[in-house]
Amino acid sequence: MNILVCISRVPDTATRILVGPDGKTIDTQGIKYVISPYDEYGIEEGLRLKEKNGGTVTAVTVGSEGSTDILRTALAMCVDKAVLIKADTHKDSYFVAKNLAEYAKEINPDIIFMGRQSVDYDSLQMPSMVSEFLGIPSVSVVSKLTIADGKATAERDVEGGKEIVEASLPCIISCQKGLNEPRYPKLPDIMKAKSKPIETREAIQTDEKVTVLGMSIPLKQRAGRILGDGDGDIDELVRLLHEEAKII
Amino acid sequence: MAYNAIDYYNIEELLSDEEKLIMYSVREFVENEVLPIIGEHYLKGTFPSELIPKMSGLGLLGITIPPEYGGAGASYTGYGLAMMELERGDSAIRSFASVQNSLVMYPIYTYGTEGQKNKWLPKLASGEAIGCFGLTEPDYGSNPSGMLTNAKKIDGGYLLNGAKMWITNGTIADIAVVWAKFDGVITGFLVEKGTKGFTAPEMKGKLSLRASVTSELIFQDCEIPEENLIDIKGLKGPLSCLTQARYGISWGAVGAAMAVYDSSVQYAKSRIQFNKPIASFQLIQEKLVWMLNEITKAQLVAYRLGRLKDEGKDRFQQTSLAKRNNVDIALTACRIAREIHGANGILYEYHIMRHAANLESVKTYEGTDDIHTLILGEDITGIPAFE
Repeated sequence: MNILVCISRVPDTATRILVGPDGKTIDTQGIKYVISPYDEYGIEEGLRLKEKNGGTVTAVTVGSEGSTDILRTALAMCVDKAVLIKADTHKDSYFVAKNLAEYAKEINPDIIFMGRQSVDYDSLQMPSMVSEFLGIPSVSVVSKLTIADGKATAERDVEGGKEIVEASLPCIISCQKGLNEPRYPKLPDIMKAKSKPIETREAIQTDEKVTVLGMSIPLKQRAGRILGDGDGDIDELVRLLHEEAKII
Repeated sequence: MAYNAIDYYNIEELLSDEEKLIMYSVREFVENEVLPIIGEHYLKGTFPSELIPKMSGLGLLGITIPPEYGGAGASYTGYGLAMMELERGDSAIRSFASVQNSLVMYPIYTYGTEGQKNKWLPKLASGEAIGCFGLTEPDYGSNPSGMLTNAKKIDGGYLLNGAKMWITNGTIADIAVVWAKFDGVITGFLVEKGTKGFTAPEMKGKLSLRASVTSELIFQDCEIPEENLIDIKGLKGPLSCLTQARYGISWGAVGAAMAVYDSSVQYAKSRIQFNKPIASFQLIQEKLVWMLNEITKAQLVAYRLGRLKDEGKDRFQQTSLAKRNNVDIALTACRIAREIHGANGILYEYHIMRHAANLESVKTYEGTDDIHTLILGEDITGIPAFE
């Protein structure tokens, strides 16, 4: 099988995010970057599929020159090929989706994996946009997957339960937690990844469809207060609602 | 709360991509596989042997050994980072890896014949075989050259007699690298499990390194075939192995110190006394600063020593300084962390006392703190104080 996994480079989830001086981007100083956690499920699922059926797994990302670090991690997890589509500055989802779709057209994969969302901008648009560009089915938020007879049977999380759907291949699977347990890169594979090539290509430029006007850090929520159940507490509650919250 | 591995001087920026990946990968392994089980093993005094296939699967056995012998072929700095992360879990787990890597695979790789390398290194890397290292004896610890264990030449091999003590992994080992006097000269032998006259009973009653197997090795007219002789003569053989292991320890101790520091910062910020977090008191802040200060220095010492080793420019005295300093500050950091955690500091779920008790052993094994002091004293003055 020809398997494509689209991955995104995001700040480590433990990072404290600050807004940069332009007020439109984040301050990248001292940030450690990782593969977006949902994309790791995609890599793992791709690798398991390959281990079962043979084939190749290609990891692709659209990002800056620095994004080779996450491709190196993907290579250390044992994907066969890594591709960087180079974009110097942050672009909108349309740009990324267009570039991923154009690359997919070129290599014609049997299945495409990507995280349900990248955990930085959380725009949740990629699987749908890429599937639209390619004219192939897309199944979102998949937590269990079986591939047989040219079809994908996927279990997806829906409000309060599960939905089981079938899609013809090629299709896009957007990955949810629970799909698998991503492997740790093994030390010998980390060392081998060092000498594997990363293919770099220039991105196709598109018009900006969505423009970021500003970014801000949410204001700190005030801590809640817990009152007791005595008569005095009821009086206090009424007083607080009236005088502090000013809603009665 | 997620573990925040303190790196106050951005040492991570000095690491190669591969070294960073090794560190992250082992960190996650420790988080998910070691920390959830280690407390119980420590209490029960059992070695978590279920971790052996996981550690070998991750490539933690034979980290610097070339791939043709089943190793990962990583740098010494990469090896050190792996030890740092493992000891954040427990000194016993790091000790297990130290022995396999530095005291068993290193001498076989460095001094072994091609036959010995091909026979043992791939098995040791895959975890199919476990190794141990027998140098210390009941009456000869800091003074190994006085050892009583001896070998005599017999037809087709050697006859080994004597006893070793305080041997990590001894009882579970398939292969022992044993040092004995042959014609009055310290010589290495590979003693295979099941060899007639060789037993390895486990030592009990330890209140430190409880999740580690510590054993005696007993040799009674134990016949060693000719091909199991290790081709290195004199004390420099075992000492070169110890330098490797001590290097790993100097990183490992940093990992334990980072663990108790992180726990202390989190605890101090969340523990409320006198209506405010104890982190707001100057006395607590001073304690945290002491730890940060010493950990940062220890990290820099370990990092620089790693780079010297990668360039083949290190001296064993530099390893003595790193081992001596880093274990000492880690142990003190544990004591300070215990105070910050108050009564909670003695509970096993906070890991502090476990690290503290472990480091008491680490301080005196692989060369006591005092012996390293004398090695450095000799290096400064040219006068050996122990002769």
